[in-house]
Amino acid sequence: MLGLGDFWVSAVFVLMILSTVLCVVYGAINWNKGGEPTKLEIEEEQRWDKEEREIEEAL
Amino acid sequence: MNYFWLSIVVTVYLTIVAFLAIYGFRATKNPSDYIIGGRNIHPYIMAMSYGATFISTSAIVGFGGVAALYGMGILWLVFLNIFIGIFIAFVFIGKRTRRMGLNLNAHTFPEFLGERFRSKSLQGLSGLMIFLCMPLYAAVVLMGGAQFISEVLKINYEAALFFFTIIIALYVIMGGLKGVMYTDAFQGTLMFIGMLFLFGVTYVKLGGVISAHEQLTGMKDIAVQIFGAKGHTGWTSFPKLGSEIWYVLVTSIILGVGIGVLAQPQLVVRFMTVKSDRELNRAVLVGGVFIFVLTGGAYIVGALSNVYFYNHPDFHAISFLAAGKQVDNIVPLFINTAMPIWFTTVFMVTLLSAAMSTLSSQFHVMGTSIGRDIYEKWIGGKGSPMLINRIGILIAILVSYFLAWGLPHFFEGGTAIIARGTAIFFGLCAASFLPVLLAALYSKTITKTAVFISIGTGFVVSFFFLAFIHLKESQPLLLCKALFGVDTLAGNTVWQIVDPIVIALPVSILALIIANRFGKPLDKKWVDHCFKEVE
Repeated sequence: MLGLGDFWVSAVFVLMILSTVLCVVYGAINWNKGGEPTKLEIEEEQRWDKEEREIEEAL
Repeated sequence: MNYFWLSIVVTVYLTIVAFLAIYGFRATKNPSDYIIGGRNIHPYIMAMSYGATFISTSAIVGFGGVAALYGMGILWLVFLNIFIGIFIAFVFIGKRTRRMGLNLNAHTFPEFLGERFRSKSLQGLSGLMIFLCMPLYAAVVLMGGAQFISEVLKINYEAALFFFTIIIALYVIMGGLKGVMYTDAFQGTLMFIGMLFLFGVTYVKLGGVISAHEQLTGMKDIAVQIFGAKGHTGWTSFPKLGSEIWYVLVTSIILGVGIGVLAQPQLVVRFMTVKSDRELNRAVLVGGVFIFVLTGGAYIVGALSNVYFYNHPDFHAISFLAAGKQVDNIVPLFINTAMPIWFTTVFMVTLLSAAMSTLSSQFHVMGTSIGRDIYEKWIGGKGSPMLINRIGILIAILVSYFLAWGLPHFFEGGTAIIARGTAIFFGLCAASFLPVLLAALYSKTITKTAVFISIGTGFVVSFFFLAFIHLKESQPLLLCKALFGVDTLAGNTVWQIVDPIVIALPVSILALIIANRFGKPLDKKWVDHCFKEVE
């Protein structure tokens, strides 16, 4: 197949392309999913920013 | 090569790198920006940085040469790099690492483990392992980059090493992770364009995809005649099961590198640099295509170079013989003879980018290991976090520079030890950290005792096999020779060619499972906090 010599190399040639297609399709389908920061993330971010600022100021 | 154009291209390249480094420096306002890119990195930059860090010059030139020698069986590594290194890594490890990292307020990989299992010692010891083992890996890339510059620009190797180190040091110390990732993304883009061109032109030159493959398949008898005794069955078929080439290809290259990549601290930390899962979803698309072109391109071009050299009237030989039996010379020789002259210049910058992007991330991760993980968190040292990490990076750079410069000076085997640095670091990292990372992300019942025992067992078993069994490392490390008078304790058995990861990783997993019966489970409240919005 594809001018290649045996099953294992032909199979991986196809698998290599399919896995790239999988990444492209997954990325495209989920392009806009999971974008909203959760409430917890916002809280953590604020707490973290505050801590960092305090450390910097203390120094 | 036209040195005038080369000088112009390199100057433009370095100017853009300098501009991006300054941009990174200006965007770095606090320690979180410096260590973890402010958790606000664009998905394209994140994916390109991940890919460019992943792919060093040796992955293009070294493994391209290996493909020319062993054939397209190495494409299994491309498949694993895309499927495991990108898809599984981003979707099943990356998202959980990002969310848990945020719950734990972790800035580095050791800090992630240390906070997850509530142990400063775990953070410090993990940082120490990285700081002790990674300089050898960085020295490999540093030496490769400097040798390459000295050959291209016809300058002294030591001068090339010095200036190459200074340039990278400047932008890593100044710009922190933002500087590193912005320059990585630019360098990754260059690598992608360069390799895409090389990939396409090679197929076109050989008459198209199928025709090129058929010509290579038609050279089967030559491969069997030269390497048949070692298990070679042709460049488009897999080596004979259980043969020497089969063991090297399957255990060292496909499994060692393909799986080893999952627990690389400099890659894992990138999952924590983005704002939300959406960025990781987008990065899967970019990363998958990038790795396909970079690794698939390098290995297919490497294998097909046999057809080119065999049909070339000046060589009429397979790549290995055309390049004077120097595997690392195959890809550069192919580019010099088969590609247009202007492309040689472009490809020089591609390779320079590959080395610089890998090195900058290595320096950064080593520096934060010593600065944040060891000094600040483990020892409890005080001082400005930015300054501490900058000093940490400076120390990491000096150690790596000293290894790249000093080891070959002090004794003959120094270069050989450094050449195995990547394998040593990958092996130790995978066996020590991979089971624990997966347990941290997926198990709520894992104990601190099990974590320590698994990391310790993985490290010790991996080190034992590297130093005393696996000939490729045990011979240059000289420890086995000094203690037992032989290069390997494996004698002439197959174990001397089986990669340590095949033994050390399962042992480390087993140790984690068995040791989990001992020790006290972590406080349920803490575990729930770690897993908040993770599942």
